[in-house]
Amino acid sequence: MTKRILIDNISSKWMLVCLSFFLLLPLAIGTGLVLKSSDLFTSHHSLSTLIFSADWSPSEDKFGFWPFILSSLWVTVIALIISMPLCLLAAIYLSQFAPKWLLEFMRPVIDILAGIPSVVYGVWGVLVIVPLVGDVIAPFFNNESLGYSILAGALVLAVMSIPYILNMLLEVFRQVPVELGEASLSLGATKWETIKHVFIRKGATGILSAYGLGFSKALGETIAVMMVIGNVVQEPASVFDAGYPLPALIANNYGEMMSIPSYDSALMFGSLLLFVIILAINIVFRYLIYKSEEK
Amino acid sequence: MSSVTAIPEISKDAAHFQVVPGEVPVLNIRNLNVRSKNAQILKNINLVVPKNKITVLLGPSGCGKTTLLKCMNRLTDLYSELKLDGSIEIDGEDILSGKFDITQIRQKMGLVMQRPFPLPMSIYDNIAYGLKIKGIRKKSIISEKVEKHLREVALWDEVKDRLKTSAQRLSIGQQQRLCLARGLAVEPEIILADEPTSALDPISSRVIEEEFLKLKDDYTIILVTHILRQAKRLADFVVFMYYGEIVEYGPASEIFENPKTDILKEYLRVGH
Repeated sequence: MTKRILIDNISSKWMLVCLSFFLLLPLAIGTGLVLKSSDLFTSHHSLSTLIFSADWSPSEDKFGFWPFILSSLWVTVIALIISMPLCLLAAIYLSQFAPKWLLEFMRPVIDILAGIPSVVYGVWGVLVIVPLVGDVIAPFFNNESLGYSILAGALVLAVMSIPYILNMLLEVFRQVPVELGEASLSLGATKWETIKHVFIRKGATGILSAYGLGFSKALGETIAVMMVIGNVVQEPASVFDAGYPLPALIANNYGEMMSIPSYDSALMFGSLLLFVIILAINIVFRYLIYKSEEK
Repeated sequence: MSSVTAIPEISKDAAHFQVVPGEVPVLNIRNLNVRSKNAQILKNINLVVPKNKITVLLGPSGCGKTTLLKCMNRLTDLYSELKLDGSIEIDGEDILSGKFDITQIRQKMGLVMQRPFPLPMSIYDNIAYGLKIKGIRKKSIISEKVEKHLREVALWDEVKDRLKTSAQRLSIGQQQRLCLARGLAVEPEIILADEPTSALDPISSRVIEEEFLKLKDDYTIILVTHILRQAKRLADFVVFMYYGEIVEYGPASEIFENPKTDILKEYLRVGH
């Protein structure tokens, strides 16, 4: 009897140890990044010039991250503006209206899309999206573009984030009871009114979670975006301009910066920025989720 | 109450079908068949539901009571595998013919389900929802009706100070009454109740039953139940169903005191 209770005690403690590992992990990563990038602060760089200056010239010891931050946010936000409503409508249709076989058919399709390696999306982007933007979309809006642009990056990123967000949203709407829809319909609501007022409201918390996670994941996506966005250090003035997001900066340059002092710390600072932005986004979504749960 | 109900075709499946004279029919089902891919769920249903009475659909689980109820406001549309034929006339209009606005047909009926499913909004908005769908925009009218219908189900005094809080926080019995009030707010003619007390404790169940007895002055009630005692307490008319067919139909007293078929006799005997 005592042995069973002993095992019981140990097992629950052990679970706590596992859990605390996950709690400490982001803390450890954050601390590591701060320490590694601290060299940048001890020299004459101020935090505000690092973040808001557009002057990027490592050989002259100038590290302005603004173009990279801007590119990252542009690409991510545009990608999600494209993918969020698509995913939402597709998820509602699949979970509430589509015949069962279609849902059964779509599940593996979504899984396959999610499993395609990032670099394959990148190649597809170079072959299809970049010419599409350069030859069709940009001229349509009376713009000139090589195609390697924020928009190309956003389109590829949107396609990449669709299976990820769609999967989560499907789960959200699968949990909305059918009877809730029936209740609304039996009051004389149309299907659309039911979706708008009942399903989306009922799923609000889950939808926000899915979007929040989708945002974090899209912001950090590196290789595919890097292949189609042009990687030019500039403040993009329109979506047809080339950009240079933070993950691409780090991936392109890490390992090549031995000759330049503080470059190492600068790239670490870039990682730290990504980390902080994702943290901030998560806090915002947490707050929204908390608000939606109150209702 | 002078008119005599038109006699629907009596099939051999419905040998014990009775027509009750002197009642105004509000719902008239003729030769309704419902098939799914593998099975026939309802077989040749003929039923006349009289106005301002409680008609109880009685029968064992899985006999098609709920499907029959869902046919009446065409929630069966949601299940593409179900095929319906026959006719269901409400106020003389065949709702299966497809030429009517389904949302308006549904507003003629208030649905109360086995478990309460309050909409994900405040208590107030749960009632206001149907009103807004009907096109009522004026706040004063909406507030007035919210109060009226919450009073109608004896919920007003319990919730009047927290109308703006989430309906999910009510007890399950309160939620069920809210769902009833929500259905009443669109001013239906018929209340369709699908085992409305099956998730409730005995006291909450009794409250709902008492509501139904009061409501039949203004509404026609069709109640699905498998609880024999509840049927006895509430029914004016009883439809006894078994394996997708109507086995017996008639005034409650006759069905309970003078069952004709063996299966109903058995059901009444075991049910006690």
